[in-house]
Amino acid sequence: MSLRIVVCVKYVPDATGDRHFAEDLTVDRDDVDGLLSELDEYAVEQALQIKEAADDAEITVLTVGPEDANDALRKALSMGADKAVHVEDDDLHGTDALGTSLVLAKAIEKTGYDLVVCGMASTDGTMGVLPALLAERLNVPQVTQLSEVSVAGGKVTGRRDGDTASEQLEAALPAVVSVTDQSGEARYPSFKGIMAAKKKPVESLDLEDLEIEADEVGLEGAWTKVDDATERPARTAGTIVKDEGEGGKQLAEFLAGQKFI
Amino acid sequence: MAEVLVYVDHVDGAVRKPTLELLTLARRIGEPVAVHLGAHADEAAKVLAEYGAVKVLAADAPEFAEYLVAPKVDALQAAYDAVSPAAVLLPSSAEGKEIGARLAVRIGSGIITDAVDLEAGAEGPVATQSVFAASYTTKSRITKGTPIITVKPNSAAPEAAPAAGTVEQLAVTVADSSKGTKIVSRTPRESTGRPELTEAAIVVSGGRGVNGAENFPVIEALADSLGAAVGASRAAVDAGWYPHTNQVGQTGKSVSPQLYIAAGISGAIQHRAGMQTSKTIVAINKDEEAPIFELVDYGVVGDLFEVVPALTDEVKTRKG
Ligand SMILES: Cc1cc2nc3c(=O)[nH]c(=O)nc-3n(C[C@H](O)[C@H](O)[C@H](O)COP(=O)(O)OP(=O)(O)OC[C@H]3O[C@@H](n4cnc5c(N)ncnc54)[C@H](O)[C@@H]3O)c2cc1C
Ligand SMILES: Nc1ncnc2c1ncn2[C@@H]1O[C@H](COP(=O)(O)O)[C@@H](O)[C@H]1O
Repeated sequence: MSLRIVVCVKYVPDATGDRHFAEDLTVDRDDVDGLLSELDEYAVEQALQIKEAADDAEITVLTVGPEDANDALRKALSMGADKAVHVEDDDLHGTDALGTSLVLAKAIEKTGYDLVVCGMASTDGTMGVLPALLAERLNVPQVTQLSEVSVAGGKVTGRRDGDTASEQLEAALPAVVSVTDQSGEARYPSFKGIMAAKKKPVESLDLEDLEIEADEVGLEGAWTKVDDATERPARTAGTIVKDEGEGGKQLAEFLAGQKFI
Repeated sequence: MAEVLVYVDHVDGAVRKPTLELLTLARRIGEPVAVHLGAHADEAAKVLAEYGAVKVLAADAPEFAEYLVAPKVDALQAAYDAVSPAAVLLPSSAEGKEIGARLAVRIGSGIITDAVDLEAGAEGPVATQSVFAASYTTKSRITKGTPIITVKPNSAAPEAAPAAGTVEQLAVTVADSSKGTKIVSRTPRESTGRPELTEAAIVVSGGRGVNGAENFPVIEALADSLGAAVGASRAAVDAGWYPHTNQVGQTGKSVSPQLYIAAGISGAIQHRAGMQTSKTIVAINKDEEAPIFELVDYGVVGDLFEVVPALTDEVKTRKG
């Protein structure tokens, strides 16, 4: 039987661009170019490696996001994923983590899955909670923050490097995993991959398809509210000296003045 | 007064500093009730009481160490049911966030992660967050259910406020569905004897400019002279010069010390994301155009192999 892998990928504003908030205090997606979250490239890569090691597997990439999020799906398809699902609905604007997890969970169930692979965190929200939320909603094991992962014999195993210990984890499928940027560099799409991606199917779903009411998601349905967003004032220009043999001493003088020594 | 649940982060009963910060913040919105999972609750309770815990709900079960995250969610949910708190606070570690998130689904509440400050508000606790690599500061609150908030280390100075800290046993049943992810083995991290990166008052980090694992002792010597923790950029970690646990930045640790010293680090946005909220920032870099200099309070344009050892000597001399 084919191993059904669903990779959750997010379309995010480029972190190296000038990111801002829109007037309704949601992330402004118009000003800055968007792309497939770099941390989700690691998820796609691990899914591809799991597929390569399996007899028979199929990878679906899934995103919840605006029309342009299609770019993120195309990138993942050009890396080698087989097909894509795009959940898109005007009522989704402003959805928070709990709402997104509801939508993703329904879309994953509708698609059918043995393994869900996520990135460790999105590069815009940086919450790192979606994988745990999905495991809870889908009622399957959570095998998260892995820097090493493999699937064999209906089981997923991996290494989670935590703050105080490194743990070896194991769970039976179906399961939700997330992988870190320590899991191995993501491949670049080949020319052939980019051409092939153009012909791969992208299924579009809206809230009605997933039997979700508009008021369960979006800005109105959100479980959290941002009341204020203020741009951090630029740090006042500091003192910069050129080392001409005295740099270490000058620095010590500064630190002593600040009472660090 | 309303009770506020505080999830205790500890290693064998030794309470970690971020928990003391949580207790301090919890007192701004109510009476802290600590939730201690695992052994040595009595030992932990002494410290928890000193920092304001009126009560310590304690549960120990082998499942907490045998399975990942979910059994702890069962326990925290039991505490939630027992107390009906005004809010639930957890440390912003990977595990703290995951426990908080799963509890949020179960009790139908919203969650805010990575708060850097917390205060009482007319419509519930208001969390301050630092977003987009610390280029924005936001204030948010939870609009549905009981606020669940995870707080970053070094967000508040722990203040002692002695309270009863009575230990009460919490009855916990770990559901079968919470035993899905087995922890097959666990290798504790070896202590370096230096302060924890996220808790340290001073952090000294080295980047690609350090140019080899064999040169990292230059960074460590400066750190030791200042009693600081050692950090590294991802470039230094990826090159295998320093362990990943010491990485500062978006995919490493986020630090907010009183003093951050960056040596041989260019200051890429992903690195900034993990250190930009430091109070005082100092950099040593031989390229005067390096973006890190946009952030510094004091910068030295020069070779780190000249400047850092000279600084270390000077610190030692001054400290006597
Ligand atoms: C998704 C993603 C996540 C990332 N997460 C992180 C993260 O968590 N943390 C992180 O740090 N990076 C992260 N990065 C990588 C980041 O983009 C940069 O590549 C990285 O921070 C560069 O490290 P560096 O400053 O040490 O190296 P470089 O950018 O190569 O800079 C080295 C600096 O050292 C200086 N130098 C060289 N020799 C000397 C000398 N002898 N004396 C003084 N100065 C010298 C040079 O002038 C230069 O400025 C991430 C990237 C991505 C895409
Ligand atoms: N809108 C989304 N669409 C698809 N996947 C997502 C979305 N948001 C988050 N994810 C997945 O969840 C992971 C963690 O995201 P977060 O909890 O938002 O930091 C990401 O790396 C993605 O794999």
